[in-house]
Amino acid sequence: MPRTTTLPFPGLVSPDHRERPLRRLALGARRHAAAVAEALATPLVPADYLDVFAPLRPGAELRGRVVAVEPETADAATIVIRPGADWVGHVPGQYLRIGVDVDGVRQWRAYSLTHGPRADGCVSVTVKAVPDGAVSPYLVHRVRPGTLLHLEQATGEFVLPPSADKLLFVTAGSGITPVIGMLRNLFPVADSGVVRLPRSADRDIVVVHLAPSAPTSIFAADLAALDEAGAIHLVSRYDDTHGFFDVADLAELVPDLAERSTLACGPAGLLDALETHHETAGLPLSTERFRAAPVVAGEGGTLDFTRSTTTVESDGSTSILDAGESAGVLMPSGCRMGVCFGCVVPLREGAVRDLRNGELTTAVPGETPPTGVPIQTCISAAAGPCQIDL
Amino acid sequence: MTTITKKPINPTAHLTPEDVEQIGVELDAIRQDILDSRGEQDAAYIRKVVDVQRKLELGSRAVLLVSAFPPAFVLGTVGLSVSKILENMEIGHNVMHGQWDWMRDPKIHSTTWEWDNASTADGWKHSHNEIHHTYTNIVGKDNDLGYGIMRVDEDQRWYPFHLGQPLWNFINACFFEYGIAAYDLELGKNLKVPKEKRSEAFKNNARNTLAKIRKQATKDYVVHPLMSLPTGSFVPTLVANVTANVVRNLWTHSVIMCGHFPEGVETFEKTSIPDHETRGEWYVRQMLGSANISGSKAMHLMTGNLSHQIEHHLFPDLPSNRYAEVAPKVKALFDKYGLNYHEASLPAQVGSAWHKVVRLSLPNGWLATTNAKNLPGQLKLLSTMATGNRKVRRAAQARLEQLARRQSQVAKAA
Ligand SMILES: Cc1cc2nc3c(=O)[nH]c(=O)nc-3n(C[C@H](O)[C@H](O)[C@H](O)COP(=O)(O)OP(=O)(O)OC[C@H]3O[C@@H](n4cnc5c(N)ncnc54)[C@H](O)[C@@H]3O)c2cc1C
Ligand code: FES
Repeated sequence: MPRTTTLPFPGLVSPDHRERPLRRLALGARRHAAAVAEALATPLVPADYLDVFAPLRPGAELRGRVVAVEPETADAATIVIRPGADWVGHVPGQYLRIGVDVDGVRQWRAYSLTHGPRADGCVSVTVKAVPDGAVSPYLVHRVRPGTLLHLEQATGEFVLPPSADKLLFVTAGSGITPVIGMLRNLFPVADSGVVRLPRSADRDIVVVHLAPSAPTSIFAADLAALDEAGAIHLVSRYDDTHGFFDVADLAELVPDLAERSTLACGPAGLLDALETHHETAGLPLSTERFRAAPVVAGEGGTLDFTRSTTTVESDGSTSILDAGESAGVLMPSGCRMGVCFGCVVPLREGAVRDLRNGELTTAVPGETPPTGVPIQTCISAAAGPCQIDL
Repeated sequence: MTTITKKPINPTAHLTPEDVEQIGVELDAIRQDILDSRGEQDAAYIRKVVDVQRKLELGSRAVLLVSAFPPAFVLGTVGLSVSKILENMEIGHNVMHGQWDWMRDPKIHSTTWEWDNASTADGWKHSHNEIHHTYTNIVGKDNDLGYGIMRVDEDQRWYPFHLGQPLWNFINACFFEYGIAAYDLELGKNLKVPKEKRSEAFKNNARNTLAKIRKQATKDYVVHPLMSLPTGSFVPTLVANVTANVVRNLWTHSVIMCGHFPEGVETFEKTSIPDHETRGEWYVRQMLGSANISGSKAMHLMTGNLSHQIEHHLFPDLPSNRYAEVAPKVKALFDKYGLNYHEASLPAQVGSAWHKVVRLSLPNGWLATTNAKNLPGQLKLLSTMATGNRKVRRAAQARLEQLARRQSQVAKAA
């Protein structure tokens, strides 16, 4: 009679009688070792000690170490990162969220991967420094090889459609980054030049690339090389030589536009215009946006306590703690004056102002940690609509 | 010492309400300076301390694996003691204050940190950060350092059992981590409540604390010694762990005593605190209710920068590595407003705090009026007070006061 025993780990069912005791023994030993390690490390966990020596080891939180910083233009650079052992790889076009400590503060930002799978196992992103940006100028100008970064696995839907052979890429400025990742994967460059692989033989690709001027255009040389090798057909439009681009010109630049699937990445204005254009024309379009709608900090706002399903209007001088309590939300609190941190809760989205010095703290999903930005409710007032995880 | 409002000369009497608010404004400005310059170097500092502490702990534990060899025992014990002190003081206490929350690093954050101590992070954050830091030195409200079990103020009535106070205090020092856990639970108060009537919150906290104590004890007194068994070092490792915990307890107890207990640090009456204390008033209470320890950089580090107790109480959420920098500015402010910046060396502060423990274990005025000549008589009086009823005590107390008056007249005449 066949018997199966379910082992303590779901999904692990041993079908073989002879194997079972051995495997059970091994599993048991591993569990015991883990229990002993935990008992030795409490109140920390063994990982806290291992992280001191091997932050990129298997089983660690995903991190990466900067291997090289390669300048691309005056204000853009490619950051080559060796990811931790648990990195599972990516599909070109996807992006990676990076947690980086800038001026001591952990910031999370998304960056598109700018290559296919690399032989050295590293990953790279190309960052354009946004003036006054918190993170991008740091990554372009200040980060040094050896720096440890926090990573999440690659994600994103902006990848090559498997079926469509006739493609149009519309890219503007740093919006070229996910596209260059896809193109490099299709057409690797060897010492001998662009390599044509069977997997890209049937692709017919047009790239319309927009930038303020030729020298500021990241990957301009790469695109030109691909065009020269006949891999793609490149249409570059520079604001300083061709004037500002208008979506209506697209049909002229790409005569067979109607036969192509469009993938676009660039500033919101361009993408909005393209969406309207393609919708009217009934053409397929897929876009990647680099920036969610910005948080506009105001005075006061609607507080949405998501787990208590309570919303309350609050002015710019009432603490979120007071506002929440008066609306009947069970708010954690302590000193009510900013010293004990007994009132800290995660702000998922929105902006709050420190009642003591007016300092603004914002939470933008996708940029700030997925768990939210911790705020002290007793000294923070709403500065715009807020979603609070409580 | 007497609460500030009952003193013949109130040390804040010369301050106008405007002065008090101005002190608040100036202290806020000092705080803002640090917030504005807080950054990469501060983050690097705390990460370095955490890194060093973990390596020191691992190194010491590794050495203790062969602690049957006496030099290894000594080295491992010293290392483990230092590492436990660093973990509790410069790291745990300060992280749990939220001093490093601005880094947004979930691994060094007040909401996630758990420390190497019998009391749970949650319990500690409540009793220490909320109660103690908000109601600092308000008699009857601030439970810190045994206000529940000790006589800390002349205004608390003296009972004979207070004679044992120096001993209780010493025992509390040796087992300080459990003492803290008990304060956090308000054990005394809660155990008086009949079992079936105890609050759910208390039962929950008690369960969590017991679980934590069990884990801590298993780690230090069972698992680590067992790891040393193969080299025959079980017992030395056990002894090393006990020693390290006691050393840490004695050290933290001393540092904390120095913070609020030395002679001359002010205490406050519950009724003297306005319902809506202004930020300035709160600041002034913190200024007078704390005492600093002067000393070397290493000493500041080992006290978790609680040697800058005054600065810590004014700005509990500023990173501890910056207290040394604000101290001169704070001191200048004390001078400007004619307030006493209480600072002395570690031995002087510990001595002063113990002097107070002893003085208050005795009836008011007893220690001050006793000298070599009148010792036998004084001892007799004390024993009458210790064994007599309330009436006897009251009469004896009156005699003590009379004696004190007479002695001061003689002193004046001379
Ligand atoms: C899916 C995805 C992929 C991305 N891929 C890349 C990439 O490959 N390369 C890259 O350089 N960036 C990429 N970004 C943008 C990146 O995540 C950051 O938003 C950008 O680097 C700015 O961050 P910051 O901290 O420097 O600026 P912030 O401090 O966040 O912003 C400072 C100021 O700049 C403005 N600003 C922010 N972002 C932009 C922008 N993209 N263009 C113009 N103004 C801006 C803000 O409104 C603000 O006024 C991507 C974003 C997403 C969501
Ligand atoms: S309640 Fe104490 S910091 Fe907010």
